[in-house]
Amino acid sequence: MSEGDQSKGAQQRAEEFLQVFKKGAEFTQDLLKENERLRYQVLKLEKALPDGEAGEVVRLKGRISELESEKLEILNQIKTIEQENQDYDNRYNEIEAENNLLANLYISSYQLHSTLELAEIIRIVQEILLNLVGVEQFSIMLLDETQKNLRPLVVEGTDPQRVRSVQVGEGAIGAVAQSGERRLLSPEASADVFADPIAVIPLVVGPDVIGVLNLYKLLQQKDSFTEIDEELFNLLGTHAATAIFTAMLHLGRDSRPIFYDSFFARMAEDLN
Amino acid sequence: MDTFKVLVVEDSPTMRQLIVFALKRIRGLQIVEANDGVGGLKKLSAEKFDLILTDINMPIMDGLKLVSLIRNDPHYKDVPVVVITTEGAQEDRDRALALGANEYITKPIQTARIIEVVKRLLEVSG
Repeated sequence: MSEGDQSKGAQQRAEEFLQVFKKGAEFTQDLLKENERLRYQVLKLEKALPDGEAGEVVRLKGRISELESEKLEILNQIKTIEQENQDYDNRYNEIEAENNLLANLYISSYQLHSTLELAEIIRIVQEILLNLVGVEQFSIMLLDETQKNLRPLVVEGTDPQRVRSVQVGEGAIGAVAQSGERRLLSPEASADVFADPIAVIPLVVGPDVIGVLNLYKLLQQKDSFTEIDEELFNLLGTHAATAIFTAMLHLGRDSRPIFYDSFFARMAEDLN
Repeated sequence: MDTFKVLVVEDSPTMRQLIVFALKRIRGLQIVEANDGVGGLKKLSAEKFDLILTDINMPIMDGLKLVSLIRNDPHYKDVPVVVITTEGAQEDRDRALALGANEYITKPIQTARIIEVVKRLLEVSG
């Protein structure tokens, strides 16, 4: 090959290289543009998507928070209503218990004052003690003012021989007659119930103790005294005492005509 | 509202008054009283009852005899019978239930318990 041919060949390769280089440069330029376009697109998408989603997320988070608050408020309201229901329930039970107590007291009082017959009053006291309190054995002792002792008037549910007279001030029974203060024990607390009954209730008319009611034994299904029992003891202590006292005044005397005569005479006096 | 007729057989006026007081707390009850088992039977033969409450220890005819007669009467064999008594022993309870009593309530009386039992047996809510 001549020197000129060699020179032409080198020039042709240089032009070819230049062409390839130019194409490479153009391709690179295109790539850069595409890259820039894509980045813009990505940026645009990034801006567009997060903005929308974030807004929705924020909105939903706000809503969740509101719902949580509402839920908490509703739960608190439910708790309050439950508490109120519990209070109403308790109150209802209290009223029922009160109602029951008043019925017991009313019926006992009504029965005690429904007669002037001593035997009938004793029967009513027995019914009250047996059916309303649950007492199986008891006695009623009356005070003999002259002898200052308490004598059994009636003994129910047990052998009368086991109940003896007691001097005022003697033992648990005598102490109650002296003080006028009721004495209650738990049913198992007494070793000798006839000397130290499980309950000794003074029978009181005005300021005077006229006797005592001694309780010796409860029914087997009854294990302790209740609030209603104590109210009934209060009632028996006064109303049974008054009824017994009145019946004793009425006993042995032809009181009906005297009573009516004096009553009408007094009425006539008052009206004139 | 349905009206139910209830017979109370009890010799003690105090107890009868208290049971009637309890039953009056239930709406729609018509209450009839008898002093003993014989009196109760007379009432039962004269009119129809939906429920019977009876004591056990009564003069002339006791409550267990009454329960037995009621259960042998075709008109009353399915009518609920409640025994209210001072007898708290298990054998007394078993005997009454074996004779056909539906419920056995011991004294001292609890009006709330009577109301609850009667409502349940008559299936009333008021």
